[in-house]
Amino acid sequence: MRTVIFRSIAPYLTSLMVLFSIFVLLRGHNEPGGGFIGGLIAASALAIYGIACGVAPVRRAIYFHPMAIAAFGLFMSAMAGVLSIFAGVPYMSGLWIYPHLFGVEIPLSSVLVFDVGVYLVVVGAISSIALALEERDRD
Amino acid sequence: MEPILAILVGALFTVAIYLFLSKHVIRILMGAAILGNAVNLLIFTAGRVTREVPPIIPGDADALTGAAANPLPQALILTAIVISFSFFAFLLVLGYRAFQELETDSSDDMRVAEPVGDKSPPAGY
Amino acid sequence: MAGKSEALQDLSVAYVMQPVAAADWLIVAPVIWCILIGAVLLMLRKRTDLQPLIAIPALALLVLMTLGLLVHVFQSGTLSMTMGRWLPPFGISFTVDLLGAFFAATSALVALGAGIYGRSDVDDTGRRYGFYPFLMLIMAGILGAFLTGDIFNLYVWFEVLLISSFGLLVLGSEKKQLDGAVKYAFLNLIATTLFLVATGYLYGLFGTLNMADIAIKASELRGTAPLMTLVTLYLLAFAMKAAAFPVNFWLPASYHTPRLVVSALFAGLLTKVGIYALLRILGMLFPFEREELSFLIAIAAALTMILGVMGALAQNDIRRSLGFLVISGIGVMMAGLALGSPAGLSGAILYAAHSMVVMTALYFAAGVAARLGGSFELTSAGGLYTKNAAIAAMTLMLFLSVAGLPPFSGFWPKIMLVKASLDIGAWWLAGAILVTGLLTTITVGRIWALAYWRPAPAGDPDAAALSPLPVGATMALAGLVAITVAAGVWPEPVMALAQDAARGLLDPSAYVLSVFPVEASQ
Repeated sequence: MRTVIFRSIAPYLTSLMVLFSIFVLLRGHNEPGGGFIGGLIAASALAIYGIACGVAPVRRAIYFHPMAIAAFGLFMSAMAGVLSIFAGVPYMSGLWIYPHLFGVEIPLSSVLVFDVGVYLVVVGAISSIALALEERDRD
Repeated sequence: MEPILAILVGALFTVAIYLFLSKHVIRILMGAAILGNAVNLLIFTAGRVTREVPPIIPGDADALTGAAANPLPQALILTAIVISFSFFAFLLVLGYRAFQELETDSSDDMRVAEPVGDKSPPAGY
Repeated sequence: MAGKSEALQDLSVAYVMQPVAAADWLIVAPVIWCILIGAVLLMLRKRTDLQPLIAIPALALLVLMTLGLLVHVFQSGTLSMTMGRWLPPFGISFTVDLLGAFFAATSALVALGAGIYGRSDVDDTGRRYGFYPFLMLIMAGILGAFLTGDIFNLYVWFEVLLISSFGLLVLGSEKKQLDGAVKYAFLNLIATTLFLVATGYLYGLFGTLNMADIAIKASELRGTAPLMTLVTLYLLAFAMKAAAFPVNFWLPASYHTPRLVVSALFAGLLTKVGIYALLRILGMLFPFEREELSFLIAIAAALTMILGVMGALAQNDIRRSLGFLVISGIGVMMAGLALGSPAGLSGAILYAAHSMVVMTALYFAAGVAARLGGSFELTSAGGLYTKNAAIAAMTLMLFLSVAGLPPFSGFWPKIMLVKASLDIGAWWLAGAILVTGLLTTITVGRIWALAYWRPAPAGDPDAAALSPLPVGATMALAGLVAITVAAGVWPEPVMALAQDAARGLLDPSAYVLSVFPVEASQ
C-alpha cells in the first residue's frame, strides 16, 4: 500500500477530506449532512493517512488521544442540552441566538453545538478503532 | 413492494441464523452483520413503504402540504445502523483478540472460562 | 427553519409551552450527570490517581439525586419531561414513576458501593483501561433504561449499557476474560436484536413508540395475533437479558471472569434491567398478553429457580456459584411477573431491589474472602472465621439474606410471592420458591461451613502475616449489608413503596396522565 504516489497524495487527500467533513458538518444545519456523516468522513481521512504514512504520524498529528476527543465530544453534546435549563425549557431544546458579525446575521444554536459534539464523538471513536486495527496490521 | 421486502427480510434472517449456528467466530460475526441489516430492513418495511416526497416543509409554508414519506423509521434505522456498526467494530476486535490469545476460532474449543472436567466441590466437611 | 418569524406562528401546536420547574430536572439529571462525569473521566484516563477522587464523590451525588427523585415522585406522583420541547408522543419522553425511581435509587447505591470497592480492587492497568469512565457510562445506560418513557429509547439505553459492559468485561484482556466476553457479547447481541425486531413490529402496529401512548392504544389491538407475537418476542428478548432459563447460558459463562468489582456490578444490576423491562412492557403495557403467557412464564420461572440453584450447588468456585444464584433469583422475580397480581408484582419489585443489593454484596464478600484466604475455590478455602470474624459475620448475614431467611431483606418478598401464588392456587409455584429457598440455604451453608468455619488448611499463612484489608472494600461491604439488614428488620417503607409501584404498573392512568395532561383531563 505504501507506494510513492499514495504517500505523496495522502496528506493532501486527508486535508481535503477533513475540510470537506467540516463543510458537511456545518451544512447539516439546514440541508443533508451533519455531525455523524461529517465525523465518518473525517475518520476515514485519518484512516487513509494512517494507511499511507503509518499510525504514529496520525497520532502525532491529532495530538490528543482519539478517545479523549470522543469524550470531549460527548461532554459537549450533553452540555448543549443542559443549556436549556437556563431558558426554562425541557432538556435538549433548540436555542437560537442571532449575533451580527461584520453586518451579517449568523444564526447560532445549541443544536449546532450538539452536532459538533457528535462529530467529535464519531471522529474519536471510529479513528481510535481504525488506528488500533491498522497498528495491529503491522505486527 | 411489501411482500418482496418481507421475503427478503425472511431470507436475511435465515442466512443470519444459519451463520449463527456455526462454531466459528468469524461466521457468527458475519451472521451478526447480516442480522443487523435484516432488522433495519424490517423496521423500514414495518414503517410502510411509500413513494411520496421527502417530508421537508418548503420555506414559505408552516406545515407539510400533501402526503410525505414517514421520516421516523429512517431515524430509527439510522440509530440502529450506528449501534450495530459500533457493535460490529467491537465484536471484530474482540473476535480477533480472542483468536490471538486463545489460538482458536472455534467456540467448541473456547473452554478457558469453563474448563472441561472442572473440580467438584468437596462432598464432605 | 427557525427564523425570526417564529413569533408569528402558533408554537403551541408543536411545543410544550409551560415552563419546566427546576425540580423536574431531576428526571433527566441522573443520566446527564453520569454521561458528563463519564466523559470527563475518559478525557482524564491517564490520570489514574484522580479518577476515583472524581468518580466516588460524583457517585455519591448521583445517589442523592436519585433519592431526591424518589422523594419527588413519591410526593407529586409520576413525572414526565419530553426532550426538545416537542409535544409527546413526537418527542422522546422521560417518564418516571415509582418503579423507575425506586430501581434508579437502589442501583445508584450499588454503583456507589462498586466505585468505593473498585478503588482497591482495580489496579492502575484496569484504571487506564477505563474502569471508572465505563462505570459512569454503564450507570448512564442503566438509569436511562429505568427512567425513559419511550421504547426505542429504552433500546438505545440497553445498547449504551451493553457497550460499556463489554468494556468492563474485558478490562485487562486476560485469556479467560476474552473467552467469557465472546459468549457474553454474541448472546447479548442476539437478545438486543430481538428487542429491536419486536420494537420494529411494535412501531408498525401502533405507529408510536411512546409508552404512555402505547398504553392507551394497546387495548384496541387486544388479543390480535400480531400483538401476541411481538409480546412473545419481547418476553424472549428480555428473558435473555435477564438470564432466565432456557436462555441463561451467557451468564455462567462470563460472570466469573472479569475483575471482582465488575462481576459484582453486573450481578447486581444488569439482569435486573431485563426484569425491569419485563415488568414495564409485559406488566404495564400489555397486561392481557401477559395473562395469556402467564403459564409459560411461570414454568420458565420455576425452572430458572430450581436449575439455577442446582447449578450453584454443583460449583467449586465461589464466584461461579454466585453466578448461578443470580439466575435463581431471576426465577423468583419471573414468578412474580407470572402471577401478575398486585402482591405478585410488588413481590417481584421488592425481590429485584433486594437482589441488586445482596448479589453485589455477595460478590464483594467473595472478593474479601479471596483476599483473606487467597482462593475462590471451596476445595482449598478454609479458616476465614478465625482470620476475620467481623467479615465472616457480615457474610453470614448476606448468605441468610440470599436464602430468604428472616430477619433479612430476602425474606419479605419471598413471603409475598408465596402467599400470592397460594392465593390463586398455584401451589407448585409456591413449592418451587420454597424448595429454591431450601436449596439456596444448603448451597450457602456449605460455602460457609467449608470456607469460613472449617479450620484453615495446613501451610496457610496466618492472620498476622496478611496485609490488612482495604478500608474502602470493607466499608462498601458493610454499607450494603446494613441496607439488607435495615430492609429486613424494618420492611414497611420499602414494602409500601413496592406495593405503590406495583399499583402504578397495574393501573397506568397516572403514567399516561403525566405524559398527556391535556387529553386525559378532557
